[in-house]
Amino acid sequence: MKPIRVHKLKEWFIEKSILLSGIFSVFFVMLIFLFLLREGFSLFRGESVLDFLFGKSWYPISDPPRFGILPLILGSLLVTLGAAAISVPIGIAAALYIAEIAPRRLKEILKAGIELLAAIPSVVIGFIGMITLGPWIKNLFNIPTGLTALTGSVTLAFMAMPTIVSIAEDAITAVPRQYREAATAMGATKWQTTWRIVARAARPGMLAAVMLGIGRVIGETMAVMMVTGNAAIIPRSFLQPVRTLTATIAAEMGESVQGGPHYAALFAIGIVLFVITFLINGVADLYLHRSRR
Amino acid sequence: MSEISIETRGLNLFYGDFQALIGIDLQIPARQVTALIGPSGCGKSTLLRVFNRMNDLIEGVRVSGQVIIDGQDIFAPGIDLLSLREKVGMVFQRPNPFPLTVYENIVFGLSVHRLARRSEYGDIVEQALRSVLLWDDLKDRLQQSALKLSLEQQQRLCIARVLPLKPQILLMDEPCSALDPFATMHIEELMQELKKEYTIVIVTHNMQQAGRASDRTGFLYLGKLIEFDETVKIFTKPAQTMTENYISGRFG
Repeated sequence: MKPIRVHKLKEWFIEKSILLSGIFSVFFVMLIFLFLLREGFSLFRGESVLDFLFGKSWYPISDPPRFGILPLILGSLLVTLGAAAISVPIGIAAALYIAEIAPRRLKEILKAGIELLAAIPSVVIGFIGMITLGPWIKNLFNIPTGLTALTGSVTLAFMAMPTIVSIAEDAITAVPRQYREAATAMGATKWQTTWRIVARAARPGMLAAVMLGIGRVIGETMAVMMVTGNAAIIPRSFLQPVRTLTATIAAEMGESVQGGPHYAALFAIGIVLFVITFLINGVADLYLHRSRR
Repeated sequence: MSEISIETRGLNLFYGDFQALIGIDLQIPARQVTALIGPSGCGKSTLLRVFNRMNDLIEGVRVSGQVIIDGQDIFAPGIDLLSLREKVGMVFQRPNPFPLTVYENIVFGLSVHRLARRSEYGDIVEQALRSVLLWDDLKDRLQQSALKLSLEQQQRLCIARVLPLKPQILLMDEPCSALDPFATMHIEELMQELKKEYTIVIVTHNMQQAGRASDRTGFLYLGKLIEFDETVKIFTKPAQTMTENYISGRFG
């Protein structure tokens, strides 16, 4: 038998190293945020925050440059809303089907398929969107270009779907069997049980799934850059080219002068993205806690 | 014997190759409490779940023989399971209220079977909660989550939520095994109230409970119904030695 002191030392060591890892992850997020703030804030010495957020034109390299990101915010918003409108209903329905209805064999096949979809690199999805979906939308609506907000939404819906389906499916599967038994024993049909009891019980988890899916859509850059046409104009419909916040950073970072106003503006866009993601997570968290109470 | 609520004739049940119930013949009287006792694995829960066909959910279950409820063989082809389960309510071992509000728990059955107008819901909820003596405790907490209640309250709620369906029969699968002795006593008292209107079949591990709360007792062993008689007889002078051995705690 080892002396007690050795055990205690070991415990202490394990405890502290776990604590340290926890602190580190928070610490790094803080560092990233501080870095964004430091680089981005120099823009606001020459530019007002309101002009930046609500300015209607983004001409970063004209003289004088104009850094209004309203078109980019609206572009991101439009593409995201479109993607959510497509992926949320389909994703939730698919999760319910896989968790509740599909026979065991089919369930395994479907789950593997969904995981495969998640594993496809975003460039590949963007590429497919560009060469197949784009021309198809162009012909369908008879418009000058197929690279539109709608194309972006559909493409991104494919990327959000695996996240939504797999997390929602986990949440549904985790609903205790007793609830289903009780509903069945009361003479509820399969559908009534699934929709009114199981889906209700799994709602916090399904909401988290949707939020994570949307989070992925907002942050997605490569695919969206390939299929939305990248015109920094205020979009009036889904059938126009748009440019998102993320695509702007990715496309222009390479050509901006380090430390210059354009460079700072791109970092300021980063801050905006950070705040948006933070808000989405916050809302999801709030809701999760409220439903638990 | 008075009116019969459930009758089985030559009932056999198989889980795959394993025969869990063997040639069960029994008549359960209406508006009495009938207890099913026996050691673990004797088939008493399986038998209970035959009466609302909950065993159908398990893969590989086969049943032969007849089970007659309300003049109908519930295993006859074309039987409507949903209305069978409306007629035969069930209370489970662990309290399992839905993760909804108290109110929603009680109206769930009504809305599933479209039994009442929405305007009548309020009265029905009150009545159901009164029957299980929860109304005074919960009348101001109807919109609270049912999962917040104490275990005893949850189990009462689980009884209350089947009452609006006006079932003829209440099946109870060890309804007190998750409860403390006081709560158990309260539920037993409640059963005495409820049996005025409902036929109650209770599966229990607890022989004292069967002795206290039931009018008739059936003793099952290895899938066979060894003895079925008035509770007083089973507990004082059972006809079978096996019953006597079990009752006196010599095995089980």
